[in-house]
Amino acid sequence: MAEELAKTANNSTTEKTAPRRATDMPLLRIEGVTKRFGNFTAVNELSLDIRAGEFFALLGPSGCGKTTLLRMLAGFETPEEGRILLAGRDIAQVMPHERPVNMMFQNYALFPHLSVRDNIAFGLRRAGMARGEIAARVAEMVALVKLEGMEKRKPDQLSGGQRQRVALARSLARRPQMLLLDEPLAALDKKLRESTQAELMELQRRLGMTFIIVTHDQEEAMTMASRIGVMDAGRLAQVATPRDLYEAPASRWVAEFVGDVNLFEGQVISREQGRLKVTTREAGIITVAEPRQSVMKEIVTVAIRPEKIKLSRRGLASGADALQAINRFEGEVAEINYLGGLTAYRIRLDNGAVVRSVMANTARLDADGYGSSERVAVWFTPDDGVVLEQ
Amino acid sequence: MARTVNRLSRFNMTALALGLAFLYLPIVILVIFSFNASRLVNVWGGWSLRWYIEFFNDRAMLEAAWMSLRVAAVSATLATLLGTLAAIGLARGERFAGRALFSGMLYSPLVMPEVISGLSLLLLFVALNAERGFWTVTIAHTTLTMCFVTVVVQSRLASLDRSLEEAAMDLGCNPVKAFLMVTLPLIVPAIVAGWMLAFTLSLDDVVIASFTTGPGSATLPIRIYSEVRLGVKPEINAICTLVIALIAVLIVIASFASKLSSSQGESAAPL
Repeated sequence: MAEELAKTANNSTTEKTAPRRATDMPLLRIEGVTKRFGNFTAVNELSLDIRAGEFFALLGPSGCGKTTLLRMLAGFETPEEGRILLAGRDIAQVMPHERPVNMMFQNYALFPHLSVRDNIAFGLRRAGMARGEIAARVAEMVALVKLEGMEKRKPDQLSGGQRQRVALARSLARRPQMLLLDEPLAALDKKLRESTQAELMELQRRLGMTFIIVTHDQEEAMTMASRIGVMDAGRLAQVATPRDLYEAPASRWVAEFVGDVNLFEGQVISREQGRLKVTTREAGIITVAEPRQSVMKEIVTVAIRPEKIKLSRRGLASGADALQAINRFEGEVAEINYLGGLTAYRIRLDNGAVVRSVMANTARLDADGYGSSERVAVWFTPDDGVVLEQ
Repeated sequence: MARTVNRLSRFNMTALALGLAFLYLPIVILVIFSFNASRLVNVWGGWSLRWYIEFFNDRAMLEAAWMSLRVAAVSATLATLLGTLAAIGLARGERFAGRALFSGMLYSPLVMPEVISGLSLLLLFVALNAERGFWTVTIAHTTLTMCFVTVVVQSRLASLDRSLEEAAMDLGCNPVKAFLMVTLPLIVPAIVAGWMLAFTLSLDDVVIASFTTGPGSATLPIRIYSEVRLGVKPEINAICTLVIALIAVLIVIASFASKLSSSQGESAAPL
């Protein structure tokens, strides 16, 4: 988890150092875009701004419309309603070959009858570039993706990772204003995926180009993107930095989709000194910090990430300190899942609710670990809970 | 696993030998007897190229052979052109009204008895008052063989990843250019295979040709058929051997072409 947070922090610095355009106009503005296939609405009145130099991720379950949205940006689908403004120009109806945008396809779509060099040069030749210039640009791209010596090979003579690089080089060769990546790492194995993620981020920072990536893998989106748009049923459920998405989800759906979460539904019974007391059926009264936007509804959901839920043996009998006493429940360990770096516990509280807690295994010889059926105290601070109204 | 497949049991060997003999023994005998020195078809008189020389001096037979080759080449080319366009329409076109009907009608010559196709074409040509000869046979063969080209090309198109064309458009090709630069090179082997298939089908057709040809423009199979009715001359064996050789070469080329085509398709497929 710490690693994740470190990466998040990294991302925010990326965002700050990314080149800003002189004008306030975002590079890409999507305005009320709707796309239907027959009776099915794939993208529903969606609006989104993306600034130049951003690494933006569209995240969502399959069928949420993220790929359709990307394909509308590339020009393979035309929206029924709305505008897509790229640097101020409406490109919603512009043909794909006339857009200053390139796409990297999920299965790479390398031309099997052309060599690596000809694949990379394909777009440059169509642009009518001079022969010498093409050769120079291809050499530059080949060096960029570290494929020197492979120029004459055909795609079927390359490994999966090499094909991915060729596809990347080919889509970057024309120096598009915006690069669209459709699940670019889905076909790679885990180890390769991690190193490629780092390379993609490094490349994006170096080129200062706007990247829009579509992925169903939240870890991938969290790692790479400076901002994430979570999509559900053709709409954006939330657009936020990875950290905000995780720590301040906008809705129950987002909280459940991104990461693991404990949810408690209940009624607000009091609000004083910036604290909300919620009485829940599963866990009794929970005290949480009141969010900046004041809570309007009576029935709310309190979301608490498993790693925010601490366990302790200490103070079971005696009174715990004041901080712990605010949200403190007792129960017994129902399930233990050892995951290497972390251990995930399921605790059955005395009032019936089951909560999940994740603890880092910080010591190799953990004599202090909790055993099955052991009595434990479960606690969290008011700031650890997020109040969700929808 | 591979071992049990490779090592044939005695029963399998016998079955294979009998099967192959059943299929190819008549052809082997025909080929051997084409080199027979004897005038009698069923008496072996030693090796000779006599009947090949005879064939190359037989004006009528040569004319028929030339006619057949021309009909086959022209009809195969027309069938490939039309068949490929139909395949593209079926594989790539949006769902147009009557698509199922079109595809059904396109494939009907595959199952239609040749006598019926031949007769209906004859009636058409008579009704149109068309003079029967080279062009009527060629058109008839085009209608016969077009569907075979469509089948071959359409299956190739269906196996191609559509994102290849999209990638070409993304990189600056308009839709037509994307097709010409990416899809066409990838389906060329299938088109070549389709042409070969159409050519051989046209070359050995008797039924439709006999309905649609006119006086003085007999194709080789028709000529052979009418000669054989008067008694088998050893010359026929020589001609048939040449035709078999030609068709064998074309089929080998066609199968290589489609093999090349499918191996490229694998690399184009998603991982």
